[in-house]
Amino acid sequence: MRVSSYSRLRDVSYFGSLVLFAVTVMLACSPRANALPAFARKYGLRCSACHESWPMLNYFGQKFKDNGYQLMNDRDAPIWQNPSYWPVTFRITPIWHRVSTGKVMVDTYGSNGAGGSVVTGSTLQRVSNSGFDISGLDFHTGGTLEKNISFYVLPSSNNAAQFHFETVMGRLDNLFGSSWLNVKLGKFELDNLLSEKRILTLTGNGGIYQLYHFRPQGDGNVFGQMGDNQLGLEVMGHSWNDRTRYSAALLSSVDGQVGLPYGSNAYSGFFTFSQAFDTGKAGVQRIGAYAFVGEAPTNWLTQTGPNGATVIPGAVGNKSFSREGFVGQFYFGQHVDLQVVTQHGQDSVWFGQGYGDFIDGVASGNNTTGTTLAAGAQAPSWNGVLVEPHYIYSPQLIFIGRFETIRMSQQSTPGTASNFGNISTYTIGYRYNPFMTSRAGFAWHNEYNWLHQDGTAPDGTNLNTSELLMGFDFDF
Amino acid sequence: MQRNNLRKWSSVFGAAAVVAFAMPSSAQQTKYDFETRMNIESHVGNITGHAKDAKPDYRRYCVGCHGELGDGNGENFPWVDPKPRNFQLGVFKCRSTPTGTLPTDQDLFDSIGRGFDRSNMPQWSTFTKQERTDLVAWVKHFSPRWVGEKPGTPITIPPEPEVTPERIKAGREVFARVQCWKCHGVLGQGDGPSAATLTDDLGRPIAPFNFAEGARPKCGDTDKDIYRIFMTGLDGTPMPSFADNIKPDEAWDLVFYLRTLMSQHSKEKAMAKQLGLKPVDPNAPAGQQ
Repeated sequence: MRVSSYSRLRDVSYFGSLVLFAVTVMLACSPRANALPAFARKYGLRCSACHESWPMLNYFGQKFKDNGYQLMNDRDAPIWQNPSYWPVTFRITPIWHRVSTGKVMVDTYGSNGAGGSVVTGSTLQRVSNSGFDISGLDFHTGGTLEKNISFYVLPSSNNAAQFHFETVMGRLDNLFGSSWLNVKLGKFELDNLLSEKRILTLTGNGGIYQLYHFRPQGDGNVFGQMGDNQLGLEVMGHSWNDRTRYSAALLSSVDGQVGLPYGSNAYSGFFTFSQAFDTGKAGVQRIGAYAFVGEAPTNWLTQTGPNGATVIPGAVGNKSFSREGFVGQFYFGQHVDLQVVTQHGQDSVWFGQGYGDFIDGVASGNNTTGTTLAAGAQAPSWNGVLVEPHYIYSPQLIFIGRFETIRMSQQSTPGTASNFGNISTYTIGYRYNPFMTSRAGFAWHNEYNWLHQDGTAPDGTNLNTSELLMGFDFDF
Repeated sequence: MQRNNLRKWSSVFGAAAVVAFAMPSSAQQTKYDFETRMNIESHVGNITGHAKDAKPDYRRYCVGCHGELGDGNGENFPWVDPKPRNFQLGVFKCRSTPTGTLPTDQDLFDSIGRGFDRSNMPQWSTFTKQERTDLVAWVKHFSPRWVGEKPGTPITIPPEPEVTPERIKAGREVFARVQCWKCHGVLGQGDGPSAATLTDDLGRPIAPFNFAEGARPKCGDTDKDIYRIFMTGLDGTPMPSFADNIKPDEAWDLVFYLRTLMSQHSKEKAMAKQLGLKPVDPNAPAGQQ
């Protein structure tokens, strides 16, 4: 018995030696990641140099972007690159997620008396769905065409591979040798310091900033969504170290839709200013302000023919809207930071009453000649705040939190509950990058979002929605 | 018999594994050396930098090129040219101190913020002054030179004289006399007869500066910066210090002449045009070049 145990022990030790050797060989021979994201491979900088956590920019990355995707080291022009270099990166995210909505109207069934069933009515119930899924696919291509001439083109698809142009822009940088004058033309992200396109969260409700897309319930203004890329012309400038920045953009009020659609006869403007301060070991703090003001149509033209009425692109009856607020980026050493955005928004009473929203295919009220508003109708307004803290354990691991709340301050229709349409949402998550090189981006992503809306359930009560998501977020 | 063979081979594998694990321990030893220097400080103005506080920033921004051990052997080493600096050697190009001596903390602080044109080292002007001073201390902790040596005394730069056509002509004579053209070329285009043969102290090919290309000189683009470059030399490169060959007044003359070779507009360039100044002629007799 004793001999047998000894023998088994010896066999185990042999096996252990072999495993140890095999692991050693594997560790010694494991190759480095060899992917080539566009800018990292051009400049040989790790993702963490420009990103607080990919894809969110840090201060250095923001400066690089503001310089027209240039480090300003006289090696920015393509002439310095290997001819085989092509600045393309793709990004996609395979995931598993579970979406749960609190009150969904579903059918109820009863027996038809013949062994079958018939719909007998409807009822509200929680609906939860879970499963494996994928995100859409982004092809990012950008960089310099020549020193101080840059571009960005981003064909982007939904998760059924239907593509559109998310970004298409050319930029003239450092005009007259001054960093204070740069001009961008095309379709581009508005100059939001806290960029939604570089958001660190991925769920349906947590993967956008609610503040950047908010509309009161029944409001017809889709044009004031500062989170959507817009068509226009932007002038921006900054000090040499990017401490001071400004931007002013003239935009078509079409919410980024191409082909001179409804709204293309109206214009809006987006303006930002920010200033950063050196606070020693705490880091560089930045505060700023923004304003999105403009007008958009409430009246579309129709043509009645043998096949019925058709809508003619182009529109009139412009009404005003505005979004303005403050932005803060506060750093507390090298591990903790807090991003804050506030907003006061207001739409014309016409939007509040459901006019204007034709562009996304929902033809609500048409403000034709002689149309009048309901008695007592008012311009809707609201206030909101977004707070997003980060804990950066290392460039490879970041913990994310977010709280957003938007409160109606004035409802458009008299008699509407004062809190109708209010939103509160919490998001928590983390992203772990198992490696950090200048060649590829890969993150294990885990996130939970909870969204609460006042009075928007089918029965007029509050509606809660939640989503749990985990997956691989990568670019190459 | 089979079991004996298995035991024999397992012993070999086991020994190989032990050796393989032991090999990286020599690198660990070097890291240990760094740990002993972690208390190194830097001083820029009234700010004191601490090496240990810069570790997260170094890891985030610098390690890809300069490497975990500061030896310039980061993952990007094969792809970038010029190669990243090896901090372990304690040898730096841009200094205000005489050749062969350590730079001041201010020199390193300025280098981080200014970056190096025509290289992969960008301008790290986004750091706070405190963060940059901490990084200076971090850079110093890689080299034992900072333990036993003190930085050199910054050279004295006399006030810049008024530029005149005579001074530009005198600068041209200095350019010919100390044979700047041998590396930089007669037009300052970095194509002198020795240009192709130049290597740095580590034996890597290195190109002389091309004045005509429009780039900013690596160690700063003011007249004072250019003066400083040829009076201190760029340590680790073939560019020597001319402090023993050129008098301060002549050094200013040379600064003015070099301005005429640069593509940027300058009053020196305008004066040279008025003078009809011709490039030096290496084939002419000495003194008439």
